[in-house]
Amino acid sequence: MAVMLEARGLGYGYPQRPVGRDLDLALAAGDVLCVLGPNGGGKTTLFRTLLGLLPPQAGAVLLDGQALAAMPRGEVARRAGYVPQGHAPQFAFTVREAVLMGRTSHIGLFAAPGAADRDAAERAIRALGIGELAERLVTELSGGERQLAMIARALAQGARLLVLDEPTASLDFGNQVRVLREIRRLAAEGYAVVFSTHDPGQAFLAASRVLLLAPGGALRQGAPPEVITPENLRTAYGVEVRVAAVGDMRVCLPAL
Amino acid sequence: MSPRAVLTYVLALSALLVLTAFAFAVGRFPLALGDLAALVANQLFGAGYAIPPTAETVVLQVRGPRILAALLVGAALAAAGTAYQGMFRNPLVSPDLLGVSAGAALGAVLGIFFSQSVLVIQLGAFAGGLLAVAVVYAVGASVRRHDPILALILAGIVIGTLFGSLIGLLKYLADPYNQLPAITFWLLGSLAAVAPRDLALAAPFAVAGLVPLYLLRWRMNLLSLSDDEARALGVSVARLRIAVVCAATLMTAAAVAISGIIGWVGLLIPHASRLLVGPEFSRLLPLSMLLGAAFLLAVDTLSRTIAPIEVPPGVLTALIGTPFFLWLFATARRSWQ
Repeated sequence: MAVMLEARGLGYGYPQRPVGRDLDLALAAGDVLCVLGPNGGGKTTLFRTLLGLLPPQAGAVLLDGQALAAMPRGEVARRAGYVPQGHAPQFAFTVREAVLMGRTSHIGLFAAPGAADRDAAERAIRALGIGELAERLVTELSGGERQLAMIARALAQGARLLVLDEPTASLDFGNQVRVLREIRRLAAEGYAVVFSTHDPGQAFLAASRVLLLAPGGALRQGAPPEVITPENLRTAYGVEVRVAAVGDMRVCLPAL
Repeated sequence: MSPRAVLTYVLALSALLVLTAFAFAVGRFPLALGDLAALVANQLFGAGYAIPPTAETVVLQVRGPRILAALLVGAALAAAGTAYQGMFRNPLVSPDLLGVSAGAALGAVLGIFFSQSVLVIQLGAFAGGLLAVAVVYAVGASVRRHDPILALILAGIVIGTLFGSLIGLLKYLADPYNQLPAITFWLLGSLAAVAPRDLALAAPFAVAGLVPLYLLRWRMNLLSLSDDEARALGVSVARLRIAVVCAATLMTAAAVAISGIIGWVGLLIPHASRLLVGPEFSRLLPLSMLLGAAFLLAVDTLSRTIAPIEVPPGVLTALIGTPFFLWLFATARRSWQ
């Protein structure tokens, strides 16, 4: 399987404040990587570096085997879709208009979206099952609805790699499950997905791989059962956790 | 476009046409609508209707340039305000932000202070506006550790204040019988003394500013997202922002060069237009320009008819603008999100 996202000896952070170093990653179609780590552990910094929004401090990022550093922004946008951490939008665009913005990298500098772009946006809206929201204003959506709309915008980009920064943060239980279900479904369709979360249990539910960012830059990476252990979680979060089995599922239980 | 948006456009355009005819008819020398129609027919088709010669002078030499100027300045200020608001992701900003107006005013006041010709005064306004933006942009770009938008806005406020105190100094030093009234007149804004030549000088700059805004009309929407989001969608945010700042500043400076400082238009009109047709820039910009032209024409017509002396239009826009701004402030939650 072709590698879609690769990091080689990646150092990320800022010149005076390195956040992490020596990270190696390789993600192919169908892979779901769950990034775990405490607040301020560098998850968003890593994502911004992977997307070329922040220059790497060492090493390199490759998209589809090509160096990200040399890639024009439009080219990056056609390969990698980004759903940033949820925040309230400023202007009352409709969901349809917001999803259409995902087409930017396919539209000329002075042009407006054409029929093909409108079709792609409609397909993305239907793929997420949010057709009934299309004419609603993004400012009036609930957190869960907004998250689905933002994922639809990333799909409209035509990218096969999706980077989701805490997509389940501040969502209610039902919406968290819905977002995780979408992640699994997209991976089954051949997308590669990277997402971050505060709930280690979500890695067992939706991820094929886990990257644990612990304080001091120590990194662990591997299949969920190898990485999500009481010892590793104690190192990362400083609390006691039990990992139990329910049927063939594993769950994380904090010990209070 | 939704039926509602189409209706809004039809109403705005009709209002503008009715208002323009009305503005030609009223004033110190009232004109019958019949004479007005005859004059238009004469001018356009050489129809040869008999009309009083005074009417022709009033329409062509006095009211014509003034009405055209009101339309141009209103549309330019509203377009610039729409661009600034979209770009700074804040519906409460206006061309006064970034020190554009203060810079243009300083340039003009310098011209008056050194008793230069009208042409030099206008060019001074122009250069001052562009200089202010350049300084603000340089300051904003050099403080790298802050949110770029906040840095720009704060730099704009600081530079604007500095220019304001320099204007204060020039007023203090100016000849109180000759220059001071001229400076005050300029700072309050007025369309009373507009000559066709002023229009011919400033209009190309306004158009030059409008063209990039029109061409970038869809991409402008992306500037309403966070920088990271827009860049991840494939936009070169920094370059796009420079292009839009230059275009909007060109339009503001052109407007100030014609009319002096007329505040509030660039704040009120884009906001009202957004309430009517939503934030989508390619739908918003033309409506904003239509309403801006209509609003300033209405204000200017009022300013020359409600009292025996002319009321400066800047005073009227402030009287209308202040309550609107406060209302906006109180109810902003819904509309500015």
